[in-house]
Formats: sequence, structure tokens, C-alpha cells
Amino acid sequence: MGQSGSGLKQVSLNLPAKPEDIAALELGSVVYLNGVVYTAREGVYQKVIGEGQPLPVDLTGLSNVNFHCSPAAAQTDDGGYRIGGVTATASFRFSKWMKQWLELTGTKIVIGKGGMPSEDYKKTLAPMGAVYLTTVGYGTGALLGRGIKGVRDVFWIDELGIAQAMWLFDVENFGPFIVDSDLAGNSLFAQHGEQVNANIDQLYEGLKPPALHRYGETGDRTDEVM
Amino acid sequence: MIANETIEKAAYDVMTKAAIDIPEDYLNGIKGMVDMEKGDLSAFVLKAMIDNWEAATEDRRPMCADTGLPRYFIKVGNEAKFDGGFVGFERALRSATARATHDVPLRPNRVHPLWRHDHNNNVGLNAPEVEWSFEPDADWIDITTVHKGGLFGTDYRMLFPGDGIDGIKRFFLDTLIAFGKRGLACQPAIVGVGLGGSKDICMVLGKQAACLRPVGDKNPDPKVAELEDELKELGNNIGMGAMGFVGSSMCVDVHVECGFTHTGGMPMSVHTFCLSSRRATARIHADGSIEYRTDPKWFTPYMRRETIGWDSQEAASSKSA
Repeated sequence: MGQSGSGLKQVSLNLPAKPEDIAALELGSVVYLNGVVYTAREGVYQKVIGEGQPLPVDLTGLSNVNFHCSPAAAQTDDGGYRIGGVTATASFRFSKWMKQWLELTGTKIVIGKGGMPSEDYKKTLAPMGAVYLTTVGYGTGALLGRGIKGVRDVFWIDELGIAQAMWLFDVENFGPFIVDSDLAGNSLFAQHGEQVNANIDQLYEGLKPPALHRYGETGDRTDEVM
Repeated sequence: MIANETIEKAAYDVMTKAAIDIPEDYLNGIKGMVDMEKGDLSAFVLKAMIDNWEAATEDRRPMCADTGLPRYFIKVGNEAKFDGGFVGFERALRSATARATHDVPLRPNRVHPLWRHDHNNNVGLNAPEVEWSFEPDADWIDITTVHKGGLFGTDYRMLFPGDGIDGIKRFFLDTLIAFGKRGLACQPAIVGVGLGGSKDICMVLGKQAACLRPVGDKNPDPKVAELEDELKELGNNIGMGAMGFVGSSMCVDVHVECGFTHTGGMPMSVHTFCLSSRRATARIHADGSIEYRTDPKWFTPYMRRETIGWDSQEAASSKSA
């Protein structure tokens, strides 16, 4: 799917991912995954880190991939689950939990939408041997849905709802994802953002300045959150 | 007399179609952008999106798992007759939303803002939103649904008359750049701009401009149409493509809608629809038959009327003049 004609490097990883496989990932490569992937976002982080509840499952040897995801899913009459599509939610808001979460779970691949601040890669993910992959276009819910072969388990669904529950998915050829960070702590998004910023002054040239200089109307882009 | 069940069926069907089937105008717009995109990562993303839409169609599964905040835009013909009054109508819409959420499935995104509880059916306090409009000389009902995400890509600013067109362009760029980084606004998209009105109506106009006009549609005011073209070119020259990667794919189209505003102000809103532009419309005819399409035909001459009264003959002659 979508692989033909692209000049980008393609990688297929078996999970749990091995340290040498992770070390070999290059910024901008396209990745497909096989094995078990789990989801955790604010509801799960709050329970485990905020409230100190134990992990509902031992992830060791099972999965080291945390997908910031909420599925479009529904319960079936036999008590199972039907997964329509899955896509990611914006990861930058999970920064405050990442360090403890990686320590607690041994997670080595974080997948989500939009990447995390470059600081997080340098200070948290890379030193712990972890990288970040971004989903593609963010709307590739049907392609990713195809890669989910089954629901292995789901936890806290009654309390957290379908969107926030912790899901364990069996996946095959699950992707595409793009490598946003490597073990040197580099960020593909940050690199592209800097290139775009270099053009922006030109765009505003010739447009007269605003009538009033209110908060928020700064041209300074050196201190952006993302 | 149009039955409640017919309204519910049409509403349920458009919920499903909007989630799964990409509108053709938008798909063609994206294909045009792929051909022009020089950035390799940005081009890869767009091709993956096309694969994704094909997979969605084949599998009958949602294009994107974030099926947004489902909402309805209802246009009722002034001569339309339906059972149960408007209260029955709204009940049918809420019921259709809950059933479609389970059956498609849509993601149950709607939670209480403070207590975060989720009914798992996208129905709750003030949800789904229903916006009503009316059409003279018509006996049909148009039910349109839009699944638009809610977090990024939308902004508002009170500009002033002295800011002029330059101020509009600056704020347009500010918004696209701020939200386009890392693709948080899921570009390329149809971008809607609301100009004027009161603050709340300014937001409504911008959202409707983004979500209810197909690619290629132009504002009937030639000067506003010219501004639409200029904004589109400006957006595609930011140097940013899909997901914020270096490229040129930012705006598939730009639509501007205006409302008379306060003499001292120039309110402006910017809304990016998502990369899976999800809209679908059903027209229920007076005999109960249902016709499906992807163009909501929302901004009719009646919707854009400037005068006190309404005379379709007069509008037709002034349009042709």
C-alpha cells in the first residue's frame, strides 16, 4: 500500500522491537510493524502514574510499542470488539508522563500524531533507547485498521470508555508510520519546521503591519512550544 | 408528509457515508495537489491518503478513526411537511447519531467537558449540534452531516477596519502556519474564512465555508472570489505541505463567507476542514424518496440575501443582470 514509486526507505519491524533494529531507524524512513502494540493516553497515564495503580498486564516480552491512539470501535453481540479504523491523537500533551512511563514499561517505540517536543527526544526518549514514529496524514484510519488482526485484550474500558481504554492489538503489516526521532535525539518535524520558518518572513513582506500590536501578533518564532 | 422514520434513515445514512466515502470534488482536488507536490515526504503522505481512501471504500470502514464531532446542517423547504414537528425532527437526528456511532462504528468522541463521562454514542449536552436554515419555494428537506475534528486548525481574531485586506492575509497566514506545523491541522484541506458578523456568527460562517462548499466553488461576489484565489495561492506558498513537511500542499481550496458586522470591527475566523473531508447530504423529497449527494448546496441566493424581503424572481433577474 502506497509503497510503489516512493523514494523513501521502507522498514518492516517485528515486535517487541530489538535494540539494534531501533538503532538502525533513520529519520524519514517508512515503517510497518508486526506483533503486539498497546494503547495508552491521558486516561491510562493518569491511572498508573497519577494514581499509582498497577499495570493491568505485564508488558515485558509482549510489547514495547505505545500507540497514542483511540480506535473507532464497537462491542459485538458476542462480547468481542470490532475495530473500524484507528488513528493517533496528538502526542505533545503527554510529555509530562513520558519519562516515568518508559521506565515503568520498557517501551521503546512511541507512536502518535505530531511528534513530541525536540527536548523530549533529547532528554527522555533517546537516552532510554526509545524513538518516536508518527502516523501518516493522521487520517489513514482505514489502512491502519486493516493492519489490526485482532484485539488481544482491553483494560479499563468501563471506566475510561472506548477512546481512552488500554487496548492490546495484534498487528500485521501495520502502517505506514514515519520515523520522526532517532537515538541521537534528532527530530524530523523540527528540521522541516526550521526550513519552513526560513521562508516565512518573505511571505509577510509587503503586507502592512497590523493596526494594533496586540498579544499574539509577534513575528518571533524562536520560542514555539512545538 | 415526510415521516420521522424517513428523516432518521436519511440522517443515519449520511452519518455512514460521510465517515467512509470521500467526496469526489475533494478527492480530485487532492489528486491535483499530488501531481504538483515536490516535497518527497509530503507527496508520500498524500499518496498514502489516497490508498487509505481506497481501503475505506473497499472495506466500508471509516477513513479516519477520529470521526470528529458529528453535527447536522438542516435546510428545510418553506413548504415541507413532516411528522412530529421540529422536536420530533431533532429526536430522529439524535437517534440516528447514536445508532450510526455503534454501527459504522464512529468513535464516541463526545464527553462532558468537566467530568469527562462518555455515553459512547456521540449524544449528550448540546450534542450533536443542529444548525437550521430554510429555503423558499421548496418542499424538500436537505440533511447534511459533517464529521470534523475539533482540536486544531481553527482560530478567531478581532481585526479592525484599518487592518484591511493585508490584515486578513496576515491572520490567515498566522493561523495556517501555527496549526500546520506537524500537521496538527491535517492539511491539505479546504480552508474556510468567516468575515464579519458577530463573534459567534463569524465562527459559524467560517466553519460553514470550510465544510459546506465543494472544491472549485466560488463566492458569487467577484471581489470575494478574487480574495479566495489570493488566499489559496498565499497558503500554498508558505513552503509547508502535508503534515508540516516541506512542500506546497496546504490549501485544496479557500472559501470566504461574509456577514454584515459592527462598523468599528472586522472579525475574522479561519477553519481548516480535515484531510478526510467528511460531508454527505441527503435530500428528502415531499413523496418520501431520498436522494444522496456530496454537495450540500448550503449557500443559496436566499442564504446570501442582503435585502429586507425575498423575491426569487427579483433575485433571478439581478443574478443574470
